[in-house]
Amino acid sequence: MSETKKVEFEYSQIDSERMRLNVGPQHPSTHGVLRLEVELDGEIVTEVVPHIGYLHRCFEKHAEKMTYPQVIPYIDRMDYISAMNNEWPYVMGIEKLMGIEVPEKVEYIRVIFAELNRIANHQIAIATFGLDAGAFTPFLYLFRDREFILTVFEKASGGRLLYNYYWVGGLAADVHKEFKEDVLSIVKQVRETNKEIADLLIYNKIFIERVANVGILPADVAINYGCSGPVVRGSGLPFDLRKDAPYSIYDRFDFDVVIGHGEVGTVGDCFDRNIVRFHEMEQSCRIIEQAIEQMPMDGDVREKLPKKIRPPKGEIYTKAENPKGELGFYIVSNGTDKPERIKSRGTSFVNLSVLPEISKGYLFADLIMILGSVDIVLGEVDR
Amino acid sequence: MGLLNKLDDPYYGGGIILGKVEDILNWGRSKSDWYLQFGLACCAIEFMAMNASHFDFMRFGCIPRTSPRQADFIIISGTVTFKMAERIKTLYEQMAEPKYVISMGSCANSGGPYWEHGYHVLKGVDRIIPVDVYVPGCPPRPEALEEGMIRLQEKINKQAIFNKRKRLAEEEQKELIISN
Repeated sequence: MSETKKVEFEYSQIDSERMRLNVGPQHPSTHGVLRLEVELDGEIVTEVVPHIGYLHRCFEKHAEKMTYPQVIPYIDRMDYISAMNNEWPYVMGIEKLMGIEVPEKVEYIRVIFAELNRIANHQIAIATFGLDAGAFTPFLYLFRDREFILTVFEKASGGRLLYNYYWVGGLAADVHKEFKEDVLSIVKQVRETNKEIADLLIYNKIFIERVANVGILPADVAINYGCSGPVVRGSGLPFDLRKDAPYSIYDRFDFDVVIGHGEVGTVGDCFDRNIVRFHEMEQSCRIIEQAIEQMPMDGDVREKLPKKIRPPKGEIYTKAENPKGELGFYIVSNGTDKPERIKSRGTSFVNLSVLPEISKGYLFADLIMILGSVDIVLGEVDR
Repeated sequence: MGLLNKLDDPYYGGGIILGKVEDILNWGRSKSDWYLQFGLACCAIEFMAMNASHFDFMRFGCIPRTSPRQADFIIISGTVTFKMAERIKTLYEQMAEPKYVISMGSCANSGGPYWEHGYHVLKGVDRIIPVDVYVPGCPPRPEALEEGMIRLQEKINKQAIFNKRKRLAEEEQKELIISN
């Protein structure tokens, strides 16, 4: 018998060639037209460079050329999944500059629509996140419910996706007569479906294996990168502008800020970011129920609409809690009917910047999950 | 369609279908169009809704393919910037013949809300690739896209398949006569 010599080596001793791989701009998992330049060591991601600008639609250029009300449709098209939420901080800023007090009814309708849109956004986020993991059924369930929300939006504003509904000083149109009943039936439906989704997707063993302990984002890194929304709340920081800097009438409602606890893995992994969105839908339902109860049905939503929108000279920064995080508008007025400049703080852009930091050292397949858990919209990244 | 009614009658049709090969081929082609899974902007969300429960795109026989080599048609769903335009042209060129294009939404049709000040938005995707069906709207409702799909099926049904070289030569001669 000849002696066989056993070759012993450690993984780090193997010197493999690094591979550079392009993901996107046409790729089903990049959630739009994002290009990721990935450097791989075997199957392990060593570097990620996001290349953006494939959907740059020159929002700031349009804001220079248009009058104040004409800018609102372009704001819709920034984060097109949650258009109602987008309009709010912009409208609020001009109202503050001009010193307009909006009627009580308008505030309530704005809160209800913003929260409904938050539910719709999280439904898409969870559906596409499941789709990335290979779960197609929850996608169908969640999109079925989303259609009911869109029907209410359509009855009020006329649009299914992009609304142009929040106007300076009021709303474009009043809600329909059976508004309260419709919204309450939606809330009931959302809760029922969420029970199913919890069994189907969120607490599914296969899904948990895929997302737990993947893409861990520590709280200090999240703060350093300026993340907000479910991304920073998933890391265990209770940062929510609705509680921390209450705008509009959010101080009247009783709701909790959902944070990630690391239920199945480490705090700040993909599972936590997803579960925050999932539980936030329930909190939105609670806000909607309280708002429906307190909301007055009589009153004119257009009575405070100014005839000429000409804010006095000055500048203002307004922010609001978008479903994806803090969305802010810095508006500079020069006293005419056109803004001097509008700078927007895009939530997705800031949240995307943390991707290279948290995806290093994971498998390439996990990179897709990490990108899905950050929940970006390319319209807001590029603007 | 009329074909299936014939199958029910045991005496008249007897399960035998008579028709032009072109018609039968086109019937099959138009009912199993596979599309390139490709979203650009806001319209892609409506396109996702089209794929989901309420509208169910797959009943047209449309299955999403992630590779342009396997796709029959492409839906340009959203704003085409100059940076993206060359990618779209590459994708279109990678598709196998016969191939079709549906331009969805105002942005892809003509530049939409960005036609005036959009300094690097392509004013209509038909400037780089030929478009078969235009679907208007910003964004179009899923029902509008369904209508667009039906129009595309009608167009495929009317297409001639055989004697392509002969037809092309005839067309060339006609063009020559017109130009002369």
